[in-house]
Amino acid sequence: MSTVMKIENLEAKIGDKQILKGLNLELEPGKVHAIMGPNGAGKSTLSKAIVGHYDIEVLGGDITFKGKSILEMEPEERALEGIFLSFQHPVEIPGVNNAYFLRTALNAKRKHQGKEELNAAEFLREMKSHLADLGMKSDMISRSLNEGFSGGEKKRNEILQMLILEPEVIILDEIDSGLDIDALRQVSEGINKMKDGKRTFLVITHYSRILDYIEPDYIHVLKDGKVIKTAGAELVPYLEEHGYDGIKED
Amino acid sequence: MANEGLDKAVSGEYALGFEIDIETETVPPGLDETTIAFISKKKEEPEWMLELRLKALKKWESMTEPHWAKLDYTPIDYQSISYFSAPKEQLDSLDEVDPKILEAYEKLGISLDEQKQLAGVKVAVDAVVDSVSVKTTYSEELEKHGVIFCSISEAIRDYPELVKKYMFSVVPMADNYFAALNSAVFTDGTFVYIPKGVRCPMELSTYFRINAINTGQFERTLIIADEGSHVSYNEGCSAPTRDDHQLHAAVVELIILKDAEIKYSTIQNWYPGDETGKGGIYNFVTKRAICEGENAKVSWTQVETGSAITWKYPSCILKGDNSIGEFYSVAVTTLAQQADTGTKMIHIGKNTKSTIISKGISAMKGQNTYRGLVKINNSAVGARNYSECDSLLIGSECGAHTFPYLESKDTQGQVEHEATTSKISDEQLFYLRQRGITEEDAVSMIVHGFCKQVFSQLPMEYAVEAKALLELTLEGSVG
Repeated sequence: MSTVMKIENLEAKIGDKQILKGLNLELEPGKVHAIMGPNGAGKSTLSKAIVGHYDIEVLGGDITFKGKSILEMEPEERALEGIFLSFQHPVEIPGVNNAYFLRTALNAKRKHQGKEELNAAEFLREMKSHLADLGMKSDMISRSLNEGFSGGEKKRNEILQMLILEPEVIILDEIDSGLDIDALRQVSEGINKMKDGKRTFLVITHYSRILDYIEPDYIHVLKDGKVIKTAGAELVPYLEEHGYDGIKED
Repeated sequence: MANEGLDKAVSGEYALGFEIDIETETVPPGLDETTIAFISKKKEEPEWMLELRLKALKKWESMTEPHWAKLDYTPIDYQSISYFSAPKEQLDSLDEVDPKILEAYEKLGISLDEQKQLAGVKVAVDAVVDSVSVKTTYSEELEKHGVIFCSISEAIRDYPELVKKYMFSVVPMADNYFAALNSAVFTDGTFVYIPKGVRCPMELSTYFRINAINTGQFERTLIIADEGSHVSYNEGCSAPTRDDHQLHAAVVELIILKDAEIKYSTIQNWYPGDETGKGGIYNFVTKRAICEGENAKVSWTQVETGSAITWKYPSCILKGDNSIGEFYSVAVTTLAQQADTGTKMIHIGKNTKSTIISKGISAMKGQNTYRGLVKINNSAVGARNYSECDSLLIGSECGAHTFPYLESKDTQGQVEHEATTSKISDEQLFYLRQRGITEEDAVSMIVHGFCKQVFSQLPMEYAVEAKALLELTLEGSVG
């Protein structure tokens, strides 16, 4: 199996508490990997460690992306290389125009790739083409970033950013939380649009609900800071029935 | 903490610190009647003006420097300052202004050549270097509309009736220590008169440059908007990088008659000194407007990024019924800068309305104080005020302080006050960085967002300038 991202024996802590205790995970390019597990298993810590979040201190092990270790890289460098995190709780940034923010992010990426930057008109065309698909109103262009957004609007806005930035590895942290059924469908459609056989997804979720919409290729069960089982989608109904306690380690 | 490196990101760089290499005529330091007589003579002033100046000097000598502001600075030795400095060979036509001065203004982004400006929006400029106005553009074109736009020195000579009537009418000669000092020694500044019913056909502006060593700048500006008129006026300023502090004590008086409106915008970018507090301008300014008639409106918008010390409270006296006063302010203190700034809204007329939006940004060792007074007199039935004072802290060594004062005698008055203090959160920074935006750009994006309400009040071209300036002040990018 070829690997786009490899996590080897990763140990990490938040504050004084060690959360990840020798976690191993390989992501296969173009596939959807679901990370499931009980509360406190380390799911969000794993996603934070991948994007270089300031809360996390890596104690040991390594994360490589396309063969290169990323642990020493700044968060923005990891992003520019193609790693994207859809936040569980996107933060509000008052007064910062959503379109302006997104264009700045896209142009930072284009510059990094040696491409021409997009002007405001070109960018707006691009942005508008995605808004309708996600069931987003056009006032999303001019509103302040996440400010006063409903839970559903925030999640849609995360997916909008994903569609525009076209990352290679996409981490979706509890993307389904706080979404009603219509929003869940639209968000899932947005995600499925990005499934082109090359992009890789890491779907972090509590519940299997989202997996009805985004079909996973692999299920990884996380428990006490380690991946204890990796299987195909057939594991989902088993988990539904027996819960995490019923899982035997590989 | 993700805040590491933030200091570097907000240590700023002062891009306008160059010196114009010109010969100047500067009086020796010191202040007494002889100095005043010299200034008055230099400006070919009538006798009445000299008398007023001498009267102001007497009053100033009997006063003491105020220290109620939250500012900590080395005492000012008023006798060690030179009170008059002018570029030599002051000439009238554009062709004869010292090319070095023209070049310096070009460098500051201001064209004093009317021909060259035709491409963009027309902006009339009064260029003041140290103690004199070196050039006023578009005066003739403005004259066709009856608009008077000239230096205050010219106005004293050419329009004595208007000057006698209005100067000291809003800011009395001995209003405060610094205003009294200015009244005695003021050198140049701008005079504007907009006649009845005239909408000034272009933006007016003054650009103040301190250049000479060891001098102070004491400008005086007087703007009169006659009934039903409208004017938008902008001022900018800068000074060379020097190790010694220099004093800037200005007075601005605005008179707005019935149904008239003045929109007054400032981009203050005096040299701020370094991170240890060495050098920088001491900026002690008195600005006040009176809405004399019904439905008069005044709007102060200020972006304060410069100066070591800022002491400034642009105020509105809302005398006419239904008159409106507005104050929009962004004050940035980084390095070792200190600002004590705000406004006073004095409600006298019925149904008068005021709005205060103040945004303070502090970084490094910067100290930022908002001080504001809302006073509602008995007569001001139905008066309303809305105040919002927000502070943004970047790093942990800086400070933000808010002192709102309210004096309301009218039980019918409506006063609302909101204040917030926030830090640029690690979470916000991280969110933006996760999208590929550098930490520096992320800081500037959050700061711009914070200032949006104020920037949106500036005329377009100045808003662009203000944004760029803020970026430079806070980002330390190349000047």
